[in-house]
Amino acid sequence: MGELRIQGLTAEVAGRQILNGVDLVVKSGEVHAVMGPNGAGKSTLSHVLMGKPGYTVTGGSVTIDGVDLLSLPTYERAKAGLFLAMQYPVEVPGVSLEELLTEALSAQGRDASVVHTTVAAEAERIGLATRLLDRPVNVDLSGGEKKRNETMQLAVLRPKFAILDELDSGLDVDALRACSRRVEAATTEFDLGVLAITHYSRLLEELKPDVVHILAQGRIVSSGGPELADELERTGYAEWVEEEAPATAAADPFADPFADPFA
Amino acid sequence: MSSPQWLVDRRSAAVQTDQFAMPSSEEEVWRYSRVADVDLSQWAIVSDRSEGVPAEASALLESLGQLSGAVVVRNGAVVASRLDDALSAKGVYVGSLVDGPDAQNSLGVVADGGPDVFGRLNDANFLDGVLVHVPAGVTVESPIAIIDWIDIGGSAVYPRLVIRVGADADVRVLDWHGSADVAAFVSPLVELDVDRAGRLSYGNVQLRGPRVWQIASQVSRVLNDGTLTASHAGLGCDYGRMRTDCELLGRGATGNLSAVYFGTGSQTLDFRTFQHHAAPDTNSNLLFKGAVGGQSRSIYTGLIRVEKDARGTNAFQTNRNLKLSDTAWAESVPNLEIETNDVKCSHASTVGPVDEEQVFYLESRGVPTEIAERLIVAGFFDEVLEEFPVATAVPLIAAAIDERLDAGVNS
Repeated sequence: MGELRIQGLTAEVAGRQILNGVDLVVKSGEVHAVMGPNGAGKSTLSHVLMGKPGYTVTGGSVTIDGVDLLSLPTYERAKAGLFLAMQYPVEVPGVSLEELLTEALSAQGRDASVVHTTVAAEAERIGLATRLLDRPVNVDLSGGEKKRNETMQLAVLRPKFAILDELDSGLDVDALRACSRRVEAATTEFDLGVLAITHYSRLLEELKPDVVHILAQGRIVSSGGPELADELERTGYAEWVEEEAPATAAADPFADPFADPFA
Repeated sequence: MSSPQWLVDRRSAAVQTDQFAMPSSEEEVWRYSRVADVDLSQWAIVSDRSEGVPAEASALLESLGQLSGAVVVRNGAVVASRLDDALSAKGVYVGSLVDGPDAQNSLGVVADGGPDVFGRLNDANFLDGVLVHVPAGVTVESPIAIIDWIDIGGSAVYPRLVIRVGADADVRVLDWHGSADVAAFVSPLVELDVDRAGRLSYGNVQLRGPRVWQIASQVSRVLNDGTLTASHAGLGCDYGRMRTDCELLGRGATGNLSAVYFGTGSQTLDFRTFQHHAAPDTNSNLLFKGAVGGQSRSIYTGLIRVEKDARGTNAFQTNRNLKLSDTAWAESVPNLEIETNDVKCSHASTVGPVDEEQVFYLESRGVPTEIAERLIVAGFFDEVLEEFPVATAVPLIAAAIDERLDAGVNS
């Protein structure tokens, strides 16, 4: 049984502290949802875990099975078993999916000869048209196709832990169902541990969370079972953003509970 | 082999009438160039004809797959040529210029004297010259390859190539510029002549050795409804320059111009392009993509000129540069000069490092940083290479790019 352990993680962007001490432990096969309002630090958390340039970790630790991730370059974190499904998958002109996955597997000393057949099988499983597989990575794919593509890569690479950064944004219901089902299946197929970062609960209809955390102002402010997500669906994040919400918004009974409090 | 009298006269006229004053880098078209470092007295003009096909040229021809015809030029002398019999029977010609059909009128048909002093030097000093002639209505199915090889150290060589494509004729030509690892000065002049509704796809690979200085000119004219596609790969040389003058002279003429270039070490790669629209409904598309690593430099300056009569013109010019090291340098200067309102014109130019987001994306899948950058740089050139006129040359170009990436370009 492996574990992804995040302890007291603090980080800043451009001199501004965004994460204020995040504590989380995800075990293999578990699904943890991290929910929170806009500006809570959700994307920062996912980027910091994967080592995206532009973020400075100021404290805390992140380990997979005791291996310190924060001292590793991004590709070594992937090798250690971490995967990030990006909210906005980047278009990489001139680089094919097969090239990407072949290099990724080879670099980890794994058998890359299976890429072609594995990709074909996983693409079919997630409903990604094979004609799209010959395109350069993400180029000219729709929002839904991009998310299916991210999930398909996850399935081919079989990481220990996957961070899903707003997997549910920018895609239609069918694509959302296909992606969340595939991830759910991976939790038993290869014991994938999942950290699903999301604003909405619709992702969690197919991808059943074991634990739901609420991230607000850069720290986990509440954790509970799946019922916490249902509760959020009803009440919104008002309770968690009260401190910084403008007074007028709190007074307005018709205020959008999902409105960006920093807008 | 002695030259015909008309050629002897032409040469001596060229020598007598010109001053051969070196241009100054004060002139816009020579700005940032290394022309000030060219000392012609340092190089000996080759006057003896080389013989025999170099092994490298044979190997190259071998790797190019099926060809309709081929010419090997060594230090300016045609040392071998061949053409499918069926094409000879149709009047196609591939070989030494002076022996070709209508030789006297073909030489200088597009670029009499060339666009600058180096063109005039070529006129005065070229040894044999190559002519590719495709008569009206003839389609040449497989490409024709020209291997232009230099292997005499200290030499000055002036290769000359004339390609004439008749009305509604169609041909693809690969012009490969290679060399042994010698120090040499080479100044090719290429004339591309596309008659009405003719189609010429011309691919030029410049992969000379690292001690060669080359100042090349490619001048083309396209008549009504003709299409010229000219692609260049600029990889070799210490200093490698190519000036492109594309003259769209007939209504409905099209000029597609593209290039990839990759500088490493202390190379300078220098490109000047002129898209000249002189007739209505003419189209030009230019896409030059380059990368500079090490302490190398690249220069791109381009001008789209649309004349008053050239209404209905579409003219596009894009130059993109990847800067792979802090010490590399790329200059990009696009220009427009438009004298009519009825045009669609655009230009774009960028110089920047490899996209950090793209690198991060590949790294997040487990691809090591260096490999990620390699994939992105190699992929950057795909857009041009996919359209390269002679597909069998593409793996050779890609291999040369890989070799440069292997050698390290980040510092």
